[in-house]
Amino acid sequence: MLEIRDIFKTYDGKPLLRGISFSVSQGETICLLGASGSGKSTLLRMIAGLEFPESGHILFNEIDLAQTPPHARDFGLVFQDYGLFPHLNIFDNVAFGLKMKALESNSLLFGLSRQHPQGKRAVGLQTRVAEMLELVNLQGFEKRKVTDLSGGEQQRVALARALAPQPRLLMFDEPLGALDKSLKEDLLNQLRAILRKTKIPAIYVTHDQDEAFAIADRILLLHDGKIIRDGTPAEVWKNPNSVWAARMLGMGNVIDGVVTSSSAQGGVPAAEDGDESYFIKTDVGVFTLNCKHKHPKGEKISLLLKQSEDGVDEVKLKVEDVLFDRDQFQVKTGSGLVIHMKDAPKVGLVVRVRVKVECLA
Amino acid sequence: MQNNMLNHEGTETLTQAQKAGKSNLGAFVPSWFSRFLLWLAPLLFLLVFFFQPLARIITLVFSASAFTEINFQLILSTLSFTFYQAALSTILTFLLGIPSAILFSRFNFGGKSLLRALTAVPFMLPTVVVASCFNALLGNHGWLFFLFPLSPEFTTSKTFYFLLILLAHIFYNTTIVIRIVGNALLRLDPKLEQIARSLGADTFHVWKNVTLPLLRPALLAAALLVFMFDFTSFGVILLLGGSNFSTLEVEIYLRVLKLPNLPLAALLSIIQLIFTLIFSILYTRTINQVTTQTAPRFSTSRLPKTPKEKIFVATLGILLSAFFVLPLLSLPVRSFTRLEADRGQRGAVQYGFTTDYYQELFINRRDSLFYVPPIQAAANSLGYASLTVLFSLVLGYPAAYALAKPTRLEKFLDPLIMLPLGASAVMLGLGFIISFGRSLASPWFVPIAHTLVALPFVIRTLQPALASIPERLRQAASTLGASPFRVWQTVDFPILSRATLGAATFAFTVSLGEFGATLLLTRPEYPTIPIAIQRFLSQPGGLSYGQAMAMATLLMLLTTLAILIIEKLRLSNAGEF
Repeated sequence: MLEIRDIFKTYDGKPLLRGISFSVSQGETICLLGASGSGKSTLLRMIAGLEFPESGHILFNEIDLAQTPPHARDFGLVFQDYGLFPHLNIFDNVAFGLKMKALESNSLLFGLSRQHPQGKRAVGLQTRVAEMLELVNLQGFEKRKVTDLSGGEQQRVALARALAPQPRLLMFDEPLGALDKSLKEDLLNQLRAILRKTKIPAIYVTHDQDEAFAIADRILLLHDGKIIRDGTPAEVWKNPNSVWAARMLGMGNVIDGVVTSSSAQGGVPAAEDGDESYFIKTDVGVFTLNCKHKHPKGEKISLLLKQSEDGVDEVKLKVEDVLFDRDQFQVKTGSGLVIHMKDAPKVGLVVRVRVKVECLA
Repeated sequence: MQNNMLNHEGTETLTQAQKAGKSNLGAFVPSWFSRFLLWLAPLLFLLVFFFQPLARIITLVFSASAFTEINFQLILSTLSFTFYQAALSTILTFLLGIPSAILFSRFNFGGKSLLRALTAVPFMLPTVVVASCFNALLGNHGWLFFLFPLSPEFTTSKTFYFLLILLAHIFYNTTIVIRIVGNALLRLDPKLEQIARSLGADTFHVWKNVTLPLLRPALLAAALLVFMFDFTSFGVILLLGGSNFSTLEVEIYLRVLKLPNLPLAALLSIIQLIFTLIFSILYTRTINQVTTQTAPRFSTSRLPKTPKEKIFVATLGILLSAFFVLPLLSLPVRSFTRLEADRGQRGAVQYGFTTDYYQELFINRRDSLFYVPPIQAAANSLGYASLTVLFSLVLGYPAAYALAKPTRLEKFLDPLIMLPLGASAVMLGLGFIISFGRSLASPWFVPIAHTLVALPFVIRTLQPALASIPERLRQAASTLGASPFRVWQTVDFPILSRATLGAATFAFTVSLGEFGATLLLTRPEYPTIPIAIQRFLSQPGGLSYGQAMAMATLLMLLTTLAILIIEKLRLSNAGEF
């Protein structure tokens, strides 16, 4: 459906996007995850036709959109600060896109003699708006004023407004950024259900990894003007593949180390699944890394350290601080690593933890 | 003219000041007696020189035979013409102002801030200067007539004069539209238009369904203000149109000096006052709607991209530059250029550089208009202006001190203090004449009338500055061992000196340019610059005309200097009035 090909864009003379390519297929929700200022909103605005790439193409159903103005693209937009029209009530906000569509499909000739169809369409408009409001759980809100609504309600109206004209694509620019946590989760669930029901392809832009994992069929990590990771939430979580991605996803324990010996050289017993095995020396201790990649001796690499019952290595860590974290405890240790434990250890105690390491290359 | 606009902006700062004053009110409440002393002088002054004349005007209306059939018809025709010319001027001002507001709020281009500043210049100039500018450019002795000899039938026709008046009104008020509507455009969240576009609205429907409805309060406020200024316009209409066009203001003037009928003049001025008050109230209401829509400011201006945008920016940029530069330039250049036949050389037009018009100002000719060298008018103006500064500061300071920390008394007195702004200058003059007799032996009445006009502003300039001095700063200074005088010297004075200078400059400029009241009150041997210009312009002959130009150039120079001082103070204050 939507295909983005090799988009380049500079901002204030600095490269912002350096060759972005991806595609979105029918019914798919993709999530663009990146730090603020990474150009993800700009990318969204380009897809909407509000900005233009310096090079590259945006296609929908194989048709290049370069000459299509925003109002003819049929792409819905939802912003963080809702963007409801303050001079219109809820009904007119939701009906806005429908009215514009009706104007467009009615040629001038029809427009002049529309006394009769007017009544019919008005009824259609009423039911469609009511349907949309029901979809976002705001039945009967038609007559309310925008200013009378809470943030969460406003965002649901914005969603209903974007959905009403049945867009070919929906775009969300940090839609839940201004809402508090519990409301966010609630809306996220509703949104996922709606997207599944309507099968409208969607691009969701955020810097919050929790939102991304909760809503996305596919996650795209945007860093330094490029997409550095593209995969399902499970794939991305399992193999973030870079230090930046691991940090962006809030995976925490990233440590630097040096390769001291490898199975290829016979210094380490080979792993069972045919991967190479390496010994990595770090500040915290020596770890065994099983990895598909070739790492020469002496190479400096970054490791993602995961707590795991069946891990090969064991680390001794001195407890510095203990935080309650729902059904477990978050333990900060002297080496800067953070681990999770069922029972709260005493501060100052040394604990032993089984861990597994992955290479972030 | 600038009075009312500034009054509005002053009101905004006032509410802030009132809030600020309220929060530390408990710290320093003067007793009722000191409040009484603060109010004594300013209230007494207003009572004698504003409310008493106002009451006289009202009683005159009801006691004398103002309500006659003839008067009724005259009032009706005057009123309808006043409305007609004001409505037409407003519409034309919007035709230029709306595209200009879009130009300044949506696009970036070279020389933008200069051009924007240029459009604001006329608003601060005295009406006589603006009238002289247009006279120099398009009048019968002006550049247009010299470069393109038009048919005299056209250039002496009523239509031509009316055209001049309309142009001068546009010239004056376009900046209001640019400011109010342009700022509203800047405050508009660009996301709303983007969403509308993504919902299928093309450029036209985005304007019709989103932008225009959101701009409505701003458009209405701008329209009301422009209309009010055009409705009360006096100097421009009298100087450019002669007595061909009788608006309410002109008619009042005529009924005082030319065809004396004081009851009629009184009735007209009451009608005028009522309309001005209605407009002011409507304007205050709508402008409050505009300012309450405060969203963060969005910077949406950018370089023009498409060919259409480039043509728009270039055309309008050139048009605006020409429209605002040409009149401002033609006046000073005309004052140094001879464009007519010399005495005794009928027909032979000579032109070239000359300083005659200026030299002539210093000569006391026997057949001249005055009993003194015309330059004496400049000296009179400066003297009156200095007196106005003195009076308005002496009266304004105590009132501003009291208003800076308002109690219930001040909330009641505040609108009363501002009421003179609603009265036209001509009406002030009429009130003086009715109250103090036609002879008006004392030249003191001129600076007193000027003070009435300047006082609201002086108060509005001083009051926020006084309210902005944090009580904590004073307390901190005194706990650090400063005596009350030291506290005043180190805390109050640095803040106040700037505001005082600003207020003084205002009062000075107001007095320099004041035309309406002065025209009614001044004695022939004490003309001011605007009066001299008016007298020169109403005389035939190239020399008088040249002298009018020279005088107007002088006044323009003085006013520009004052504007520069105010602007400099405002910039270093880093805030708006």
